Amino acid sequence: MTTAQTEVPQWRRTSQNPEDRTPVISVRRLWKVFGPKAEQVPQSEELCGLSRRELMDRTGCTAAVRDVDFEVSPGEVFVVMGLSGSGKSTLVRCLTRLIEPTSGEVVFEGEDIRGADARRLRELRRRKFSMVFQHFGLLPHRKVVENVAFGLEIRGMGRGERMRRAREVVELVGLAGYENSYPDQLSGGMQQRVGLARALAGDPEVLFFDEPFSALDPLIRRDMQNEVIRLHHEVGKTMVFITHDLTEALKLGDRILIMRDGKMVQCGTGDELVGAPADDYVRDFVQDVPRGDVLTLRWIMRPAQDDDALDGPELGPDVVVREATRAVLAAEKPAKVVENGKLLGIVGDEEILAVVAGQQGGA
Amino acid sequence: MAAVADTSGPVATWRQKVTRPMAVGAILVAWLVLFAVLRGRQTLTLAAADLTSLHRWLNDVNDTVGAGRDSNPLFLYFFNEIRLAIDHLVTFVQSLISQPTAGRPVPQIGWLGVVGIAGYLSWAVGNWRVALLAVAGFTFFGLQGLWQESMDTLALTLSAVLVALLIGIPLGVWAGLSDRCNKIMTPFLDFMQTMPTFVYLAPLTLVFLIGGASAVITTVIYAAPPAIRITAHAIRSVPATTVEAADSLGTTRRQQLLKVLLPLSQRTVVMGVNQTIMAALAMVTIAALIDAPGLGKTVVQALQSLDVGTAFNAGLAIVVMAIVLDRVTTAAAGRADTARRTGGALVRWRRPLLAAGGIGTAFLVYVSHTYVYAAEFPGDGTAGTHIASWADTATTWLQDHLSGLTNAVRDVITYGLLNPFQTLLTDSPWWLVGLTLVALGAVLGGRRAAVTAAVCVGLLVGTGLWSDGMTTLASTAVATVLVMLLGAVFGVWMGRSALVDRLVRPTLDAAQVMPPFVYLVPFLALFGATRFTAIVAAVVYAAPVAIKIIADGVRNVPESTVEATTSVGCTTWQIITKVQLPVARGALTLATNQGLIYVLSMVVVGGLVGAGALGYDVVAGFSQGQLYGKGLAAGLAIVLLGVMFDRITQAAARRTRA
Repeated sequence: MTTAQTEVPQWRRTSQNPEDRTPVISVRRLWKVFGPKAEQVPQSEELCGLSRRELMDRTGCTAAVRDVDFEVSPGEVFVVMGLSGSGKSTLVRCLTRLIEPTSGEVVFEGEDIRGADARRLRELRRRKFSMVFQHFGLLPHRKVVENVAFGLEIRGMGRGERMRRAREVVELVGLAGYENSYPDQLSGGMQQRVGLARALAGDPEVLFFDEPFSALDPLIRRDMQNEVIRLHHEVGKTMVFITHDLTEALKLGDRILIMRDGKMVQCGTGDELVGAPADDYVRDFVQDVPRGDVLTLRWIMRPAQDDDALDGPELGPDVVVREATRAVLAAEKPAKVVENGKLLGIVGDEEILAVVAGQQGGA
Repeated sequence: MAAVADTSGPVATWRQKVTRPMAVGAILVAWLVLFAVLRGRQTLTLAAADLTSLHRWLNDVNDTVGAGRDSNPLFLYFFNEIRLAIDHLVTFVQSLISQPTAGRPVPQIGWLGVVGIAGYLSWAVGNWRVALLAVAGFTFFGLQGLWQESMDTLALTLSAVLVALLIGIPLGVWAGLSDRCNKIMTPFLDFMQTMPTFVYLAPLTLVFLIGGASAVITTVIYAAPPAIRITAHAIRSVPATTVEAADSLGTTRRQQLLKVLLPLSQRTVVMGVNQTIMAALAMVTIAALIDAPGLGKTVVQALQSLDVGTAFNAGLAIVVMAIVLDRVTTAAAGRADTARRTGGALVRWRRPLLAAGGIGTAFLVYVSHTYVYAAEFPGDGTAGTHIASWADTATTWLQDHLSGLTNAVRDVITYGLLNPFQTLLTDSPWWLVGLTLVALGAVLGGRRAAVTAAVCVGLLVGTGLWSDGMTTLASTAVATVLVMLLGAVFGVWMGRSALVDRLVRPTLDAAQVMPPFVYLVPFLALFGATRFTAIVAAVVYAAPVAIKIIADGVRNVPESTVEATTSVGCTTWQIITKVQLPVARGALTLATNQGLIYVLSMVVVGGLVGAGALGYDVVAGFSQGQLYGKGLAAGLAIVLLGVMFDRITQAAARRTRA
C-alpha cells in the first residue's frame, strides 16, 4: 500500500509493498525491563498488567519496552515515534542488542539475534547493521575520513581500501572537501553527516537512526531529512528511524509505530494514523497535522448516491487530498474515486473543503 | 560530663527547635564551664623522653623485625626482593646522571648531556618555549653548585614516577572499565590521600630500611593514587555515545580500549602524569627525613642547623625543578591539540627536525660521557654562594628591621589565639575533650561521624600521646581558622570578579605545585624557629586549596539568583553574606575539610622548625633509636586526627548539601 506524500513523491515509488516480501526484521513480544529480577516481569501475567507506576512501586522495576510486535520489510523506512521516556530509544537498541532485551524475539533474516554469541553479534554489527546516534558519537581525535573508515578498520580492511571507500561515502553525504577536518571543526549538521557516512560506509543491510536530527537547528534538520530521503532513494537501504517529531515521522516513514510508556499504541501508514487514530492519545498527537497533506481520497470519499452525477473527473483512491483539491473544486460535478476501473466512491467540494479548511472531516 | 551528654543526646528529637549553631555553642559553653572546674586533672601529659609500654613494644617490634630481616621468609622472598628491585632501578638511574659508577669518577652522562636530553625531550613532548625553560632551569642547578643534589632528586623522582605509572595507569584503566574494581579501589585511594604524607615514612623504614629504595617506595605510594584516579576518571568520562557508537560498529573489547577509550583519554592521562610527577617530587624531597639523597637532604640539614641561606638556595633549586617539570608536562598535555591546529609546514618539518635534534642530543651525551669539561659542571657554584649569602643578608636585615612587626604578629596570634586554645585543650581532662569532640561530631556530622570520633579519641589515648596530640590539634585548629579566613576573603573576591580570578589563580596554581618543604624556609627567616613558623607555613600551604574551592563555590551560585537579589536592592555586603556564602556553604565545608587535611600534613614538617608535639615526635623517631616507637605512635596519632577531621567535615559537607 503506497502512502502519499506531496513533498517527495518520487522516492515513495522506491519503497516496496511491504506485504509482498519476507520481513527483514521481525520483533515478537519484545520486553525490556530495568531493575532487580527484571526477567520475572514479562513471565508474570499479573505484573504485565500493571501500569508503569504500579510496577515501579510493586517491584522496583521499570518496563521500558512492553510486549512490542512489528515487522520491517526490505527497503522500508520504519519510524518509531513517541515522546521522551516512551521507550523508543531502548527499543532500537534492543534490536542490535546494544541493550540486552529481557524477553521476546528479534528475528533478522530468519535468525533470532538474541541467540547470537558475542562473536556472531559483532559480525552482525560489522556487516549487517549500523546506527546513527543523536549525539553523533564521533571520535574527536580522528579526521572525518578516518571516522568514516572506523567501521571498516575494525573489521580488518586494509588502509588503502578503506580510505578509498570512506572518501566515496564522504562524497555521497555531501562532505567532499572536509575529509581532513576534525569533527569539532564542523557544524552539528555536518557532524551528523559524518555519522551518516560512517553508518553507510560498511554497506549494511539495515540502518538504525536514533533521533539523529533532534539536536540540530530546524533548518538544518530539514536539510538532513531531505538528505536521508535522497540517500534512501539512492542506496535503498532498510531504515529504522526513531523520532519524537510527528512531522518528521510523517515525512520519512512508510509506516509509523507510535509508542507510549513502552507499549505500542498504533502501527500504520501516515494516513492511517491521521485518518483512523487508534485512541485519544494518537488523536491528540495528529490533531495539528495539516490533514490535506496526509489524507488520501480513500479516507474522505463517500458512497455514490443515486442523485449523484457520475460524469465528473476520475481520480485514484491514493491521491492526496491537497493534490486533488484543484481538480475537484474546478469540476462542476463531484469527482469519482476509481481503482482498477471500479467505482469506490465520490468526492465533492464539501468533502474536500472539510479537510482543507481544517474541520473535523474525513473518516 | 552529664551536661555534655545532655546537649548532644536530645539533639535528634529537638532538631526542629535547636539549630546546629546553637547546639555547637551549647557544647562549647559546657566545655568551658567544666574546664574551669576540672582544669589540670587527668591531662595525660608525657614528657619528651618518656615512653609508654606501647612505644617500648613498638621499639621491640622494630628490633625483632630488624633481626629477622634476613631470615624471615616474608622478608627474604617478598619485601627484600621488592627493595632489591627498586634499589637496582634507583642505582641504575643514579649511575646514569648523578653518581659516579664503575670506576668512573663521574656519572655516565655528564651535565651537558643531561641538559641536552632535558631540552630535547621538553621540545619533543611540549614546545620550544618549555625546552628553553628546561635548559635554563637545569643550567641554573649547576650554577647554584647543586648539580649532583639536583640530579639525585631527579633520579629518585624519575624512578618513582616510572614505577608509579607502571602500576597506576593499568590499575586506573581497570578501575575505569570495571565498576567493581573502582568500588574496591576508591576507599583505599581516599585513605591514602587523606593520610598526611609523612606518616608512612616510619612504618616503611621498618620494612624497607632507610635510603633511596624506601624513599622511592614511599613516593610511589604517594604518587600512584593521582595516576590511578585520573586515568580511571579519564576512561569513565569518554562520552557514552562514542562508546556505544563503537559498539554498534562491532568493536571487540580490545579494539574499544585501544582505538576509542585510550586515545580519547590520552590528554587527561597526561595531566595525571603531571600530577604524579609533582607529587613524586614533593615526596622525594620530604623523604630526606629517611635519608634519601638529593636537594631535600640539603634543606633538612640546613633547617636543622637554622642555616637559612643554604636552605634557601636548595629550596630555590626545588622550586625551579618543580616549575620546569610542571611546565613541561602541562605543555605535553596541551600539545596534541595545538599541533593539529597549526598544521602545514611545521608538521611537515617536525620529523626531520626531531631526527636532527635527536642526533644533536646523542652527540652531547657522547661528549659529556667522554670529556671532563662536559661531565662535571664547570665553576664552583658561586651563584649558589651568592644566593645563600644574599638570603642570609636579607634574613638579617628582615630580623633587624622588621622584627618589631613580625614579632607583633607572632605574639598577637600566639598569645591571643594559640596559647589560650592550647591551654584549653591540653589542660582539660582527656575525657572532657573527647566528649566534646564526639558531641561536635554528632551535631555536625551525625551518628556515624560521632562513632568515628569516639573510636579515634579512644585510639589516640591508646597511643599514649594524648597531650602532644592536643597541642598539635590546637596548632592545626588555629591554622585552619586562618586558612578559612584567607579562603573566605580571597575566595569571595575571586568568585565575584573574573579579573581578580585571572590574576590570582596562576599564583595559587604555582603555590600548589611547590613541595611543602620549601614554604618553611622564608618563614623561618621571618619568624625564627617557633611553633608560629610552622603554623604560618601550614597556612600558606593550605590556603590555595581552600581559596580555589570557595572561589568556585561562589562562582557557581546561579547568575539569576544573584541578579534577583540585586534587583530587590541588596547591597554588595548583603549579597555576599545572605546569598553567595549561604548558597556556597557546601563549598565552605569542603574547603574546611581540605584545609584541615593540608594543614595537618604540614605538622610533621613543622616539627623540623620547632613546632614540637606530634611533629617533633615523628622527626625525633627517625633520628633516635630509642624514640622510634614513640615516633611511630605519633605518626599513628596524626593519622587518627586526620581521619577524625576528615570524617566529621565530610559528613558535615554531605549534610549541608542535602
